[in-house]
Amino acid sequence: MKYVDEFRDPDLGRTLSREILATVEPGRHYKVMEVCGGHTHAIYKYGLDDLLPDCVELVHGPGCPVCVIPMGRVDDAIAIAHQPGVIFTCFGDMVRVPGSQGSLLEAKARGADVRMVYSPLDALRIARANPDREVVFLAIGFETTAPSTALTLKRARAEGVENFSCICNHVTIVPPLRALLESPDLRLDGFIGPGHVSTVVGARPFQFIPSAYGKPIVVSGFEPLDVLQGVHMVLRQLAEGRCEVENQYSRVVPYEGNPRALAVMEEVFALRPHFEWRGLGFISQSGLRLSDAYADLDAEQRFAVPGVRVADPKACQCGEVLKGVIKPWECKVFGTACTPERPIGTCMVSSEGACAAYYNFGRFAREREVV
Amino acid sequence: MTSTRSPVSDREQRVLGIIETARAKRAKFRDKQVTMAHGAGGKATQGLIEGVLVPAFASEAQAQLADAGSVEVDGARLAMTTDSFVVKPIRFPGGSIGELAVNGTVNDLAMAGARPVALTLSMILEEGLDAVTLREEVASIAAAAQAAGVEVIGGDTKVVERGHCDQMYLCTTGLGYTDPRASLSPAALRPGDRVLVSGPIAQHGTAIMLARGEFELEAHIESDTQPLWPAVDALLDAAGPSLRCLRDATRGGVASVLNELARASGVAIVAREGDVPIAPAVAGAAEILGIDPLYVANEGRFVTFVGPEGVDDALAALRAVPGCEGAVEIGEVRTEPPGMVLLETAFGGRRVLDQLVGDPLPRIC
Repeated sequence: MKYVDEFRDPDLGRTLSREILATVEPGRHYKVMEVCGGHTHAIYKYGLDDLLPDCVELVHGPGCPVCVIPMGRVDDAIAIAHQPGVIFTCFGDMVRVPGSQGSLLEAKARGADVRMVYSPLDALRIARANPDREVVFLAIGFETTAPSTALTLKRARAEGVENFSCICNHVTIVPPLRALLESPDLRLDGFIGPGHVSTVVGARPFQFIPSAYGKPIVVSGFEPLDVLQGVHMVLRQLAEGRCEVENQYSRVVPYEGNPRALAVMEEVFALRPHFEWRGLGFISQSGLRLSDAYADLDAEQRFAVPGVRVADPKACQCGEVLKGVIKPWECKVFGTACTPERPIGTCMVSSEGACAAYYNFGRFAREREVV
Repeated sequence: MTSTRSPVSDREQRVLGIIETARAKRAKFRDKQVTMAHGAGGKATQGLIEGVLVPAFASEAQAQLADAGSVEVDGARLAMTTDSFVVKPIRFPGGSIGELAVNGTVNDLAMAGARPVALTLSMILEEGLDAVTLREEVASIAAAAQAAGVEVIGGDTKVVERGHCDQMYLCTTGLGYTDPRASLSPAALRPGDRVLVSGPIAQHGTAIMLARGEFELEAHIESDTQPLWPAVDALLDAAGPSLRCLRDATRGGVASVLNELARASGVAIVAREGDVPIAPAVAGAAEILGIDPLYVANEGRFVTFVGPEGVDDALAALRAVPGCEGAVEIGEVRTEPPGMVLLETAFGGRRVLDQLVGDPLPRIC
């Protein structure tokens, strides 16, 4: 595939791998967090761990928008999906995320009309095609997906589609990073910054990470060579004693972001005073709701939702895993009460979560010298 | 990297041990109701079969409850199988539900090393189904049966109210004669065996996804549906004694077949991503949709496990069969880690190629 294969060249991968090995300081252990779930996915999909020296440990961060949705919000979504006449639409990987009473997939089996869409515009199309039904879109994601939700709501307004509404779970990237960095027990040397979020917000918002917290960050793309080069750039900053925001993904990410996307978000969304993150707790000003001008398209106002907060299970230590304080297997419920089939915590929910990955691949990682 | 990893602590070892034990146990069915994941061919399907069906029906002779079972009648070894077809849409590029209903069932027989002999056909029709559609599908069943060398010798029809089925559901039961050259078992894989696929993968599933028209993607991709007995016949001739097992890579795709057999034989399977044949249009569609072709369904592709001494003969025989010209070797069987499938990625890394959990769902980012 043209424009894809160039970024998956195994020879260049080996070259980068050698350069990374030459950059690390003997005897030093590096913990680098890739913030975004898309990076975690690329790391597993291409087996990038194999191309890194053992002293470079990648810590999977909180940037998987599916994993961080708290159970109470899933319960609200399911309550709306069960209302008579509702067609409930959401992205594919959201349907398996468990609430306190099961997932949307199970709600579908109990009779709710749950449909998977690739774009919020598909949900709007379903609304147009079914004028006698209420069509609700479950909006999730960071600034990556928020502009497409915003555009869809603007279009619904412009076309006067009245049977469409949106339950907004959009979150912003900076507050959880700040919360992580504020944590006194944090053990990270640097960050691989989120690529797709940055196409919208730019690289500028991450300036506080080097300036206030003294950690390097490299905004990186999602092809295997992008990720390896991002890791190399972080390690090189550490080796050279530099600490700054660098942009590996300059073919897509402008430093100032995308002003039009930011403007449409500004119009359609407003900050919530605080929002709950699974595994991380409440983080102030980290979530978006629909702005007052769009309140009539807000499903949380159109439908009665329970709005009950469901506490993360006490034994779950996802927060510590996310901060790199403990390893997945050190959690009290790992592999016993909490498994990929029956997840308790955020890190076990998606196959990209640190715990699910360790559950599935950990043994292999330990045994690969003998393979 | 050749450097050694940090030693495993006792506690970590214990946790890993708990996971291994849990994995080795027979899958359970603990769900409150059936969800679409139970039909996707991954872990949930395994839970349904091993947790509900095996305890009810398995015997010492048929411990596996595979797609096809075998019985001996007056010295003749017969294989029997049944399959239902609920594909939507019923017509798609490269085939239709009628053709699938024949090929799916004769292929389950062929994979058991049995020459298909006869089929019965059960049709569930939706009130209001267009007569032209009905006639066309019956004609396509007849044509596919003739092409596969089987007769349709009986059947049943039912009509349900509008909305209670989607146009038509078909169920076929197949009877076959077990070929004396075949000695196949999912538990027969040995370290050193090679893994072959019979041609480019993931075409059927991709063709169906695009035919549903939900993605506004256009590509010329046709289903790979075809009867596989001619290919099996040629394989048995060329490499009979070194053939270990055959599996058509239907629901859950090639990855699910490899996982099933790694578990059944207690071996590791290492597949080489760069050697897996995928047509450019299929690879492109999968890339855009965020779906891994290794998990996408096929209806006329199968995986052959063959001892190293028979690889060349098996490949030559397969490639001489129409529809299997693209057969290649994609991996091999190893000892460690037992029950797992590893993928050497085209980029030069390695990862576990796990069983599918639920449907292959696209990721949002």
